[in-house]
Amino acid sequence: MMSKENKLIFIVDDDSDYLFQIETMVKNMGFEVKTAESQAQAEKMLESMKPDLCIFDLMMENEDSGFILSYKAKKKYPNMPIIMATAATADTGYSFDLYGEDNKGWIKADVYLEKGLRADQLHREINKLLKL
Amino acid sequence: MATLHVLIVDDEPGIRSGVCRILSNFTVGYAFMDEDFDFNLIEAGTGEEAVEILSKQQVDVVLLDNKLPGMDGIEVLETIKKQDYDLAVVMITSYASLDLAVKATKNGAFNFMPKPFTPNELRASIENVAKHLYLKRMTRKMQIEGKQIRFQFLSVLSHELKSPINAVEGYLKMMQERQLGDKIEDYDKMVERSLIRLRGMRNLIMDMLDLTKIESGKKERKLRDIELGTIAQTAMDTMEPYSIQKNVKMTLQKSGNTYLLADADEMEIVFNNLISNAVKYNKDNGKVDVAIVDQGSSIKITVTDTGIGMSPDDMEKIFQDFVRIKNSKTKEITGTGLGLSIAKKMVEQHNGTITVSSIPDEGTTFEVTLPRN
Repeated sequence: MMSKENKLIFIVDDDSDYLFQIETMVKNMGFEVKTAESQAQAEKMLESMKPDLCIFDLMMENEDSGFILSYKAKKKYPNMPIIMATAATADTGYSFDLYGEDNKGWIKADVYLEKGLRADQLHREINKLLKL
Repeated sequence: MATLHVLIVDDEPGIRSGVCRILSNFTVGYAFMDEDFDFNLIEAGTGEEAVEILSKQQVDVVLLDNKLPGMDGIEVLETIKKQDYDLAVVMITSYASLDLAVKATKNGAFNFMPKPFTPNELRASIENVAKHLYLKRMTRKMQIEGKQIRFQFLSVLSHELKSPINAVEGYLKMMQERQLGDKIEDYDKMVERSLIRLRGMRNLIMDMLDLTKIESGKKERKLRDIELGTIAQTAMDTMEPYSIQKNVKMTLQKSGNTYLLADADEMEIVFNNLISNAVKYNKDNGKVDVAIVDQGSSIKITVTDTGIGMSPDDMEKIFQDFVRIKNSKTKEITGTGLGLSIAKKMVEQHNGTITVSSIPDEGTTFEVTLPRN
């Protein structure tokens, strides 16, 4: 089993305070962390790196930046787990057109977590997805 | 050209072919409709046939005779009501008693046309129905859109409020856990960031209150003759500390009669928002030029800056709620994203217009035209 130290977590959020806090939290768990502050910046960075796990904010420069990023990331790295972090509660009822029950297959995230999660809760979810 | 599907239900083939002939080349249009209607005719000789057709295809108007073999017109009407089809029914009948009229109306008939009817009477009735249907459908569409827009607004709002709360909570937790050690001064940056985020929340709430007052029409308007230059000057004075920090020079030019019958609070909001943006999004050592020009039947206000400017894509979005242009150049700039949306509403309350033009990296100009009434 690969040691934790080799795992790279890519965190993307347009709120710089929140990004700093999560980066600190995840680094304290023993992971390597890279960050981006926008969907555009994240897309660029994904061209030249392969994270072991991603945490994307849902709403950034677009209302569905997280969904779009997730879709593109999964296309590039189909087995890379993705956590969607959202301050807007729950995936249902958020957007009425594209992301209803029938289109759930379109949404490529593995887990939805509400922002404000405690460190131990987040750590558990990450470990589960990375099979550690 | 949009097509309305008309089902003529009458046991007399002569009537049916007559109706088809009269409506085949007929079109209906009104100023408020963006396209004209023409008509597609479908025939049924019995109530049963009619019900069958209605279950299989979209029909918009039913011309319904009451006297039918088998199922009569009222029974067809009852079926339509039970199935809640989206259509309008015009009863055509040679024997129209009050009793029948009441029954039909109770079951949702839109109109009556007694037989025999002239071609003009038929066309007039159909015109009426078409207009009614159009308005009914537009209203429903707008109600649904209204609900969608409100829902979307609330979703974005909840996100905008939760973000600073999460940020402040995050910093406080880090302090609680002494994540940076035991020296309080090591937490100065976190404390400062928390205060900034809280200030942002307060501004957001105040903007929200302005917005709800405007939307609900509860804001009392007090119209009086206002000299717009004084309002502009007050807004510029408010921004002076910030403009000094960036060494941005502000000028005010007036031409002609700059008095306007308007609500002072509304004008203050418009000037505050435009001038504040002009300074915030400016380059260091830049300029903000405010001009108020009498154009006779209207007054034109322009606010020009030598700031970072924006792309055509950005310009399309900026008047929307919560939209703030987010890129590397605007990272340090605070705002709620509601300023321009509110300013635009204020301008429109006055029956005015607001437009923007911009060249990235060179500057932006906002132009407000307010009619004199």
